[in-house]
Amino acid sequence: MNKKSLLRGLAAVTTLLALALAGPAPASDEPIRIGAFVSATGPASFLGDPELKTLEMYVERINEQGGVLGRPLHLVHYDDGGSASEARNFANRLLRRDRVDVLIGGSTTGTTLAAVPLAQRARTPMISMAGALTIVEPVNPWVFKTPQSDRMAAERVLADMQDRGITRIGLISGTDGFGRSGREQTLEVAEQFGIEVVADQTYGPQDTDMTSQLTRIRTTEGVEAVFNFGFGQGPAIVTRNYAHLDIDLPLYQSHGVASDRFLDLAGSAAEGVRLPASALLVPDALPDEDPQKPVVQGYKQAYEARWNTSVSTFGGYAYDALHLAVHAIEQAGSTDPKAIREALESIQGFVGVTGVFSMAPEDHNGLEPESFRLLEVRDGGWVLIH
Amino acid sequence: MRLSVPSKIPGLPVLAIVLLLVPIVLNDEFYLDIATQVALIAATVVGLNLLVGYAGQVSLGHAAFFALGAYGSAILTGTYGWTPVPALLCAALLVATLAWLVGRPILRLKGHYLSMATLGLGIIIAIIINNEGWLTGGPDGIPVAPFSVMGFELSIFDEYQVLGMTVSGALAWYALAGVLLLLAVWIAQNLIDSPIGRALRAVRGSEVAARVVGVDTSHYKLLIFVISAVYASLMGSFFAHYTGFITPQLATFEHSIELITIVVLGGMGSTYGVIIGAVLLLLLPQLLTDFHEYEMMMFGLILMLTMIFMPRGLLPTLSGLLQRSWPRRVRSSGQED
Repeated sequence: MNKKSLLRGLAAVTTLLALALAGPAPASDEPIRIGAFVSATGPASFLGDPELKTLEMYVERINEQGGVLGRPLHLVHYDDGGSASEARNFANRLLRRDRVDVLIGGSTTGTTLAAVPLAQRARTPMISMAGALTIVEPVNPWVFKTPQSDRMAAERVLADMQDRGITRIGLISGTDGFGRSGREQTLEVAEQFGIEVVADQTYGPQDTDMTSQLTRIRTTEGVEAVFNFGFGQGPAIVTRNYAHLDIDLPLYQSHGVASDRFLDLAGSAAEGVRLPASALLVPDALPDEDPQKPVVQGYKQAYEARWNTSVSTFGGYAYDALHLAVHAIEQAGSTDPKAIREALESIQGFVGVTGVFSMAPEDHNGLEPESFRLLEVRDGGWVLIH
Repeated sequence: MRLSVPSKIPGLPVLAIVLLLVPIVLNDEFYLDIATQVALIAATVVGLNLLVGYAGQVSLGHAAFFALGAYGSAILTGTYGWTPVPALLCAALLVATLAWLVGRPILRLKGHYLSMATLGLGIIIAIIINNEGWLTGGPDGIPVAPFSVMGFELSIFDEYQVLGMTVSGALAWYALAGVLLLLAVWIAQNLIDSPIGRALRAVRGSEVAARVVGVDTSHYKLLIFVISAVYASLMGSFFAHYTGFITPQLATFEHSIELITIVVLGGMGSTYGVIIGAVLLLLLPQLLTDFHEYEMMMFGLILMLTMIFMPRGLLPTLSGLLQRSWPRRVRSSGQED
């Protein structure tokens, strides 16, 4: 190998790089550019897939209805596959190459946090669809999020336990990001509700049997209820094992399993399980005076008609992110990032799928714990309680 | 087996020129960002290539060393308030010790036991980083402070005055990564041309023969394993400071495989080949955004085609072809394997 051929090779690679990466330059006064990076494939695809479908569907729909401020929306989206470093690179690309006006994403806490410094630097409003409280606390002026935080789910469950006079509980959680964060939040806020966590067990995301953890909880003295924080198949297995062991204590699950799939997986073992969930699971059971009822019903019908698959809570986060962005752009009357940011921050009483958003400079989530509905599984379906 | 990089003289200046050309041709913060990451990963695989390409040993846990460097820097600077330079040196020392402890008993054996040991080590480290949330931030990741030397902070989000010119933080970081890559190549090439390099090539050719002529094979294998782990650790530290946020994903088995893939694709034993491998493999996700579902398929296809048509890797095969088509250039020393 000599100097010349090496030079040729490297020059070819550099040229290839230049050609391939040069996207079209963003024109001014053209479509409003919405940038999204979601985990549509990979381990977090159960989040990113419905999110992307929702974004695509509603961008089309908004454009059919004449767009925003008389301009069409243009959705630029990338799939980070659940990887934080790819999410960071795609967010960078959206901000610097595609020059988007609003950034929507990521699907998970890790992908979101990796992109936050870039959005802040580019002074572009960013709306995350991930759960952890750390995204909006402490508040970053440019960062907003649509799902309730894990702490709210814990608070909702603990409040219900308090109402039932329960004071000592067993906690079982997954060791993935969701379960871990939920466990920490539960331990932190339990005391405020006069509840003591007397047993604290964990299981790995791939575990297929949690009998030993549950047996240990059962044999712990004074346990009055069990709370499982996790998502995926784990909670369904916990529920089945729980029924198998015939533990006669109330079982609570988190919002991580709030989908019809949980009912399929857990079967009859799920009877009596309570959990906090989005209104999306029980659109028809909501009282008529509930402002969310038409929004939730509309989203569910539209999504299921378009994609021929059942709606998920996570898609609702994307619905809210897109509509909050559109609402803010309309309020701001322009795509000036600063104006959009201020409009987002001053949104009051915006009815979304996840809840009613009322933002404030110190609250970039804008939801109350009451936006979680407490559901119980009865006869293989969801029943709204309270 | 003769290796295709003839000497360190021509390669380095060419690499330096290409590195200088990138910011001129692609003067844009987005390209610089990608180029900086490519340079850091390229430096990592140059280190890994020493082990794979010269000592003939495969490490399936190099991502774990990379992640240990990254997390070492993140934790020491973030939680304990160290400055970045001592932090990354300390992390590298820790990684060197760990590699030595694992490598010492394993590398006394002949064969590919190191792959199994590093595979296990990598998985253990990934699990620890995932589970010890109080220290590492758990699965959600941990933010990392910008790099700084003696109070001078290098952040991609700032601008700097150098000789009266305004230099963006992205460009400054690119320059740093470029210098690191050049250093990494320079050290690697010197090692290859030193008695250590010759001993290692003998080991790769035939370990028994090397022993017969008096090469302390296990000593050299251990040495190069530790050096390549330190490469990974140092670059992991810089990568962490650069991206500002890291997650346990850095330590995963998939990431280790990605690093090995770069080496195989670029050409085992070819320092410049693996740099080209890094460029190609890291640009793929950016080039294939429209076919993201097929990205892993493309990865697999590229690897398969490489193994079938270019078993020695991209650069060695291509340069072999070039030399064959210009017979004048074939040097008298036998180039055929």
